[in-house]
Amino acid sequence: MARAWKYGDNVDTDVIIPARYLVTGDPERLGQHCLENLDPGFLAGKAPGDVIVGGRNFGCGSSREHAPLAIKGAGVSAVIAESFARIFFRNAINIGLRVYESPAAARGIAMGDEVEIDEGGAAIVNRTRGERYGIAPLPPFVQEIVAAGGLMAKLRKELEEGGAGA
Amino acid sequence: MAMTLAEKMLADRSGLREVEPGQIVETPVDLVMGNDITAPIAIREFEAAGATRVFDPDRVALVMSHFVPAKDISSADQSRIMRQFAKRHAIRHYYPEGQGGIEHTLLPERGIVVPGDIVIGADSHTCTYGGLGAFATGVGSTDLAYAMATGRTWFKVPESMRFVYYGRRPPFVTGKDLILRTIKTIGDDGALYRAMEFTGEAIADLPMEDRLTMSNMTIEAGGKVGIVPTDELTLRYEEGRAQRPWRLYAADPGARYAEEHEFDVSALEPQVAFPSLPSLTRGISDVGEVAIDQVFIGSCTNGRLSDLRTAASILRGKRVHPETRLIVIPATQDVYKAALREGLIEVFLDAGASVSTSTCGPCLGGHMGVLGKGERCLSTSNRNYVGRMGDREAEVFLASPAVAAATAIRGRITDPREMAKEEAV
Repeated sequence: MARAWKYGDNVDTDVIIPARYLVTGDPERLGQHCLENLDPGFLAGKAPGDVIVGGRNFGCGSSREHAPLAIKGAGVSAVIAESFARIFFRNAINIGLRVYESPAAARGIAMGDEVEIDEGGAAIVNRTRGERYGIAPLPPFVQEIVAAGGLMAKLRKELEEGGAGA
Repeated sequence: MAMTLAEKMLADRSGLREVEPGQIVETPVDLVMGNDITAPIAIREFEAAGATRVFDPDRVALVMSHFVPAKDISSADQSRIMRQFAKRHAIRHYYPEGQGGIEHTLLPERGIVVPGDIVIGADSHTCTYGGLGAFATGVGSTDLAYAMATGRTWFKVPESMRFVYYGRRPPFVTGKDLILRTIKTIGDDGALYRAMEFTGEAIADLPMEDRLTMSNMTIEAGGKVGIVPTDELTLRYEEGRAQRPWRLYAADPGARYAEEHEFDVSALEPQVAFPSLPSLTRGISDVGEVAIDQVFIGSCTNGRLSDLRTAASILRGKRVHPETRLIVIPATQDVYKAALREGLIEVFLDAGASVSTSTCGPCLGGHMGVLGKGERCLSTSNRNYVGRMGDREAEVFLASPAVAAATAIRGRITDPREMAKEEAV
């Protein structure tokens, strides 16, 4: 069971991890400052496995992969939003942070609700409110990247098969 | 099937006769780019995956731009990872501090990216190169690592939006004002996952540096790419500059656009984005009295030579307001040298500005002009999010170099036309 940290629209990568901390690629170090500009209470109150819920355009702004790394490093298990900024979404898929596009969940879940992602990622369950929300499916090509274990796993496989870069 | 500019480019370079929005394509890239913040993670992933060589050392650009000269020990250590990688792999387009500048100004300026290119860069403002007709978009470090190894990436073919600008631009209405007004109209996610196509007589008439400014802020509307169709002006800009042959593309008549928007630029005035979203833009007549602690002229959005010329034309013979500080950062080494030759740097220094070496620095609250609690900055950069330039209680307003220069003199957000009028009296 995970607790939801609920925020609004346009949660940008500068509030997810301010640029002054982009002096490392270590998820744990980055995680120590995750969301500190948006909600100082998050760092004090988060528990491993919690989820972040945003509105529209979650992760807008910079291409910094440090943003999903910081969220992962903070122990967050998934991000749910009405919509995601495209670079953030792609980065999250690439590094194996679970991201779910679900307008119904983004509207239905409130701060502190107990939520659960269905096995297989088919739906989001809100235990606090007894609600269940659908999730927009990923394109098959993107599902393959997820199934392979991220983009670098795909690269490793291509390199083993004698592709470029070996 | 009639295709938009973005569709034409992706189809051609992916070896397909046609593509449609939503389709996934795998496409060879002409250039991949990383900077001192994003490349170190890409290098870590590249090496962890077992890659031992880059697909083409001439097609990888590594630019020291953000935290250079190193702002602290940790950033120096990050830069070192990139310096060593560039040397080990004989990266041709490697630019340490003192030899390059901000990547998005540098690569077009030196002809390293050319019209028709497919470019991905681990920096969200890679979309800048759309101004010269490239399909260029920002990605993260892992995507950069994959492309450095393979020379390929994947794209979901975006839907396209067409923006038509007509009429004659009044004085002090620049590319920055056009794009801020556009973002105000469509919103911060108005072009999410989409390609923006900037067209119309006012674009045909728009100097290349202003076109680059417009494409630069595509990402502030969520866009994947923001492309200006190549024309005579593009080719004149590329003459003697392009390091590789270019490719020319045009949208087909009858291509399908998800949305079309028209703007009469003759009715436009200088624009100012209020904290803390670029879409919170107002015409300067609706700004009111806003005192400003710091003015920043620079960044990949507005740190080019034409920007410095405009700012200097307003600051010449004037002093910065006693309660305001002005920071001017030429975006590249070449811009800096040209500004020095033209006497612009002396104008800034005489006005009481702090002028420094090329860096992204203050734009992202990195160094060289970080804001304290409650301070207000008017910046020519691209983002005014909470905490972007420093403390979370600092506020950032975005505007053109002309507004910035006038504001630095008056100490409050000022319409440059107002100053020009007073000069004439």
